[in-house]
Formats: sequence, C-alpha cells, structure tokens
Amino acid sequence: MAAEHGRKWDRCLADTAVKTVTGISVGIVFSVLFFKRRTWPVSFGSGLGLGMGYSNCQHDFRSPYLIHGRVVKEQSSR
Amino acid sequence: MLRVCLRGVKATARVGLCSTVSCHVGVSLLSSVTCSLAQGAAEMVVAGLLTVSGGVGGTILYAKWDHKFRAAVEKNVPYSEWLLGLALGPAPQDTGLPIKKRVSVCLYPPEDCKECNDHTVAMEPTAVLQKTDSAGTAEPLTERPVEEVAARLAQQDQEENNVVASVSASLEDSLASSAQATLQAIGAQEAALQAIGQHTHKLKEAMEAEAPSEEKSTQWKDLETALADRTTSMNVAKTALLKANEALDSLKSVIDKSKGLKVAAARPLILAAEENLHKMVVDLDKVVSKVQSAESEAKIVAQYSELVNEAKQQFHREVSSLTPEIQANWKGLTGKLSTDDLNALIAHAHRRIDKLNRELAEQRVREQIHIDAALEQQKLEDQKALEKAVGTALQHVKEEARLEQEKKLAELREVIEAEMRTQLRRQAAAHTDHVRDVLKVQEQELKAEAEQVLSSKMLEQETRYRQLTQEQLDNFTLDMNAAYARLKGVEEAIDSHVEAEEEARKAHQLWLSVEALNYTLKTASAESPSMPLEDAAEAVRASCVDSDFALALASALPEKSLKRGVYSEASLRARFYSMRSLARRVALIDESHNTLYQYFLSYIQAALLFESQQEAPPTQLHSEDLDAFKLLSYASYCLEHGDLELAAKLVNQLRGEARRVVEDWLTEARLTLETRQVASLLSAYANAVGLGTTQAP
Repeated sequence: MAAEHGRKWDRCLADTAVKTVTGISVGIVFSVLFFKRRTWPVSFGSGLGLGMGYSNCQHDFRSPYLIHGRVVKEQSSR
Repeated sequence: MLRVCLRGVKATARVGLCSTVSCHVGVSLLSSVTCSLAQGAAEMVVAGLLTVSGGVGGTILYAKWDHKFRAAVEKNVPYSEWLLGLALGPAPQDTGLPIKKRVSVCLYPPEDCKECNDHTVAMEPTAVLQKTDSAGTAEPLTERPVEEVAARLAQQDQEENNVVASVSASLEDSLASSAQATLQAIGAQEAALQAIGQHTHKLKEAMEAEAPSEEKSTQWKDLETALADRTTSMNVAKTALLKANEALDSLKSVIDKSKGLKVAAARPLILAAEENLHKMVVDLDKVVSKVQSAESEAKIVAQYSELVNEAKQQFHREVSSLTPEIQANWKGLTGKLSTDDLNALIAHAHRRIDKLNRELAEQRVREQIHIDAALEQQKLEDQKALEKAVGTALQHVKEEARLEQEKKLAELREVIEAEMRTQLRRQAAAHTDHVRDVLKVQEQELKAEAEQVLSSKMLEQETRYRQLTQEQLDNFTLDMNAAYARLKGVEEAIDSHVEAEEEARKAHQLWLSVEALNYTLKTASAESPSMPLEDAAEAVRASCVDSDFALALASALPEKSLKRGVYSEASLRARFYSMRSLARRVALIDESHNTLYQYFLSYIQAALLFESQQEAPPTQLHSEDLDAFKLLSYASYCLEHGDLELAAKLVNQLRGEARRVVEDWLTEARLTLETRQVASLLSAYANAVGLGTTQAP
C-alpha cells in the first residue's frame, strides 16, 4: 500500500503538472489568441490546470473512502 | 589323759599276754572305750577310724583269698574295684593259664585223630585236671572259638608237616647214602667175586694146562696180575662193605630216631626206609656169602695150587739137585739135555713115581680118615656156615615179619581211619540234610518276608513315582503357561513397540516435514518471500494422514503462503520502517479528512512531531494510546523486540489512511504470523507426538 501511495502521488503530481502545463498552455493560447496577451488566461489556465490536477489528486486519494451507493428497487417480497 | 589311757591299755596288754586275741582285743578295746568315754570326741573319732580301717583291711584280705567275694564286693560297692585293684592287682583271669597248659599237653596228642572234636575231647580231661590245679577258681570251660581251633590245627599241621618233611629228608638222605654205599659194596663184592673167580680159573688153568713155557710164563704173569687184582678188589670190597655197614647203621639209627618221634604221617616213610634197609642188608649179605663161597673155593684151589707148587718146587729142587746145570724151565729144554741128564731125570722120575705110588697107597689107606677128618671139618664149617646162614635168615625173616606186621598195622589203621571218615561223613551228611531242611524253611520264611517288603517298597516307589511325574507335569504345564503368557506379553510388547516405532517414525516424519516447512519459512531472504510452501505443506499433509489435527493444521495454511510463500520477519521489519514514515505522513487522513490540505497538514505534523522511536507498549491500551504515532512507536518497539504479533495488533489499531497505507504490510504480517503459527503448532504437535513416542533409553 505504501507503493500505491507513492504511485498515487506520482500520478497525482504528474497529472497536476500536466494539467497545469496544459492549462498554462491553453491559457497562453487563449491569452494570445483571444485575450491580447493578458496574463489572466495563463494564470486562469494554470489555475484551472492545477485545480483539476488537485481535484484529481484528491479524488484519487479519496477514492478508497468513497462510498458508491446504488438505488435498489423495492422488492415485491416487502 | 590319753597317755594314761594308753598306759592302761599297755598294762592290760601285758597282763593279758597269755589270753586269747579276742579277749585281748576286747579288754584293750574296753579300756580304750572307757578311756575315750572319759576323754571325749577325739578318742571316739580315733576308735571309729580304727574300726573302719580294720573293716577295709579285712575285706581286702578276704577278697584276695576268695575271688567270688571279691567279684561280689566289686559289683555292689561302687569304688571297691579301684581300691581292690590298687591293693591286690587286677582280678585274675581264669581263661589264660589253663588254655596254655592244655595247648602244651595237646601239642603231642597221644595218637592219630587231629579233628576239632578230638582236641576238645582231649582237652576236656586235661581241663578237668587243670581245674584242680588252678587256685580255687571254678570257671566253666568255654569252647574255644573256631578261628582259634583252626589256627591251632593249622599250627599243628604245620609242625607235623615240618617234622615229616625233616624226617623224610633225613631218611631220604641216609637212604640215598646207604643205597649208594650198599651198591658200591655190592659192586665191589661182585668185582671181588669176579676177580676171585678169574683168579681161580686162571689158577686152575695154570695148574692143569700143559702149555709151552712162554705161555706158562704169561700164564703165571696173568695169574700174578689176577692175584693182585683179587687182593685189591678184596680190599676194595672190604672197605666198601665197611662203608656200607656204616651207612646201614646210620640209616638204622636215623630210622630209630624217626620212629622215636612218633609221628604217624612219617610211618609209611619209615616203613619204606626199613624195607629198603632190609633189602639192602639182604643183598649185601647175599653178595658177601657169594664172595665167601668164592673165597672158600678159591682157598681150596689155592691150597691145591700151593700143593702143586710145592710139589713142583720139590721136584724142581730134586731136579736141580740132580742136574744143577739145568735151569728152572726144564720143559723147554728137551733138545739140549744129555743122556746122563736124561737118565738121571728118568731115574728121578721113576723114583718120584715110586714115591708117589707109595704116597698114593698111603693116601688110599688114610683116605677114609682124611675124608672123615675133612668131613668133620667140613661139617663144622658147614655147621658154622649154617648157623650163620640160619642166624642171618632168621634175622631177615624176623625183619620181614616185623615189616609185614607194620605194613598190616598201617593198612589196618588206614582202614579204620577210612571207616571213621565214612561215619563222620555220614554224620556230616545227616547234619547237612538237617541244616538244608532248616535252611529251606528259613528261606521260605525269609522269601515271604522279603517279598512283602519288596511289594510294599515297590508300591511306595510307584506312588512316589506317580507323584513325581504328576508334579513334573504340573510344573511343566505351569512353566508352559508362564512361558506362553510371557511369549504373549513379549509379542504384545513387540507389537506395541512396532506400533510405537511406527508412531515414532510417523512422528519423526511429521517432525521432519514440519522442520522442512520451518526451513522453507526461513528461506525468505531480505526482500523476496520464501519459497512457496506448497511442497512442504504437501509433505506435511502426506506425513500426517492419520492425524486430523495435523491435517486440519496443514490445510489451515493460507493459500497465499502456499502459492507465493511468506516474508520473513526481518523483511517485514525493514518494510515497517519505510511504511512507518508514510503512515506518519498520512496520520491525519481518514474517511472524513482526506483532502489534499489534510494531506499537507498531516505532512507538516509528521515533520514537526517527534515521538520516541520505540516505546514499550503498555499491557493495556487506553484510548490515548490509539494515536498513530504512539501506535507506530509501540509497534516499532515490538518489532525491535521481535514480537511481530503485537506489532501487527498495534498496527491493526491504525485508522484511516494510515491504516490503508499499512494494510499491505499488515496482510503480509498477518500471513507470516498465520503461517508461523500454523508451523509452530505443527512443530509443537510434531514435537509432542515425537516426545510421546520417544522411549527413554
């Protein structure tokens, strides 16, 4: 399990990094394209990326504790 | 006072010198008594002692004289025999002396019979005689024991034999010598006889034969030699005769001596010797008479020859006187004589013839007278010879008659003895018959008794035998049973041993497989797990097919361990430390707190919180001990001290993300623990079983 944890962290970081970079890049692109080279799309994109990454990471770390429920239809034998 | 009494006694003694002894004694006693009365105890004692000693002395003296009294006293009074022995010497034994006397008397028994009866018969009168001799003892004659009699008989027989042997030896010697001498004498006499005969014959020849002169001279020489022979032979005969007579005399003396011994067994010998002697004497006398007759004949012939010689000599003298020159042997000189000589010779011859005729006539005349005288002489000589012959013949006849008588006596004695023997034999036969009958009866009785005894003994023996056999049989059966039981026991023991060995083997095998299992557990290196326990588990399962417990245990091994193997404690410990840091870092994360911010917080907590690396866990966990850090330090401590179980338990108390993080380790630890537990249980079981089956040496 420790290795899992490590792996999780690796994934998480990697994912976050990727997302951040991607966000940055998208931000850069948008900033370049649409927002006249303002920095707010980059930061917005990085933030977006980071946030997504963070959220993914968190979700990843939370995943064991998540309870998945399901609606079960009432049985006729009730 | 005593002296006064003594003086008084002496006075009375002097006074009563001529009185009787009893009076004397009585008076002295009386005086002594009166004196003692006056004196007191001492004198009484002295008197008592005197009486006692007097009594004892009298008894001893009387016992010496009368042996019966002595015997009676010895029998009745206890120590008397000692006293009497001391005083008189031992009591005389009657059986000694008389027997010796009897023996000396009986050693030369009067006559023949040497049997027991005779001896005892002879001894009875001698014993009677001896009885009167012995000093007043009248002990009855006891029959001597058989051995003594036999010994004496043997002794006597021996002596007789010795005597007989000596007598016979002496007789034989003298007989031999006398026979030799007699033979010699006879031989000598016969030789003399022959010599005389020869001489006379030769003389006759010489006288009558008209042989030539040389032969005559040889004849005369022969005659001389014959004469010499005769004389020598006569001398030899005489000496031989003397010797023979001597020998015969000695023989006679020996015979007389042996006769004087009066031993019956030698009698036939003596008889024979006497007969021999008689024969020898007879022979000798015969020969002597022959010799004497020959001598007388020879004398006649000698006389005749002498006369002839004398006549010849005279004639020769006459012839020589007539014819001195003619020599003696005139017969051979017939051719040399002259006529004168011849005439002279013839004349002489004529003269001689005349003389002779005259002598013849004279002789014829005196013939009768001469004849008568000669007859007379002859008669005298004949008488003498006759007397001598008669005397010798008479002696011989007497001797022969005596010898005959003795022979007859001996025969008669033999006959009588034979008859006596037959009588005795008859008696002995009767006795033996009687004894045989008695013996037969006794035999019957004894046989019956013996048979009875035998049968009873046999019965006893049989019962004993049966008893013994029964005993033996019983013992045998007992032994057999015991042996059988033992055998059975032994078999059972062996079987149980076999079973136990089997069990032991199985246990050993189990143990070995368990050891193999343990070993496989140990093969876990630092990082990698151990070998898969499948084979070992299989082996264990194989080796414990009959033990449900072991089977259950063996099958209780977790699958993962079988397939993949287990990690060793060391690897777990190592992993723990890496895990511990992670667990520390995610200590704050649980189901509810699991944002990344929490992660961050928990990281900071882990960085800033310093707890002791190892802390000994308490025996009871309280709620504040449930903190992750504490738990981890407890667990670390436990691990450090090798207590994986407690560490696992403690680690099991982690909650949340820490728990999730250490889940892996925990399962591994659980697996290891489980496997180890099973293995230890199995080994414990194997050990127990092995211990159970092991036998103490």
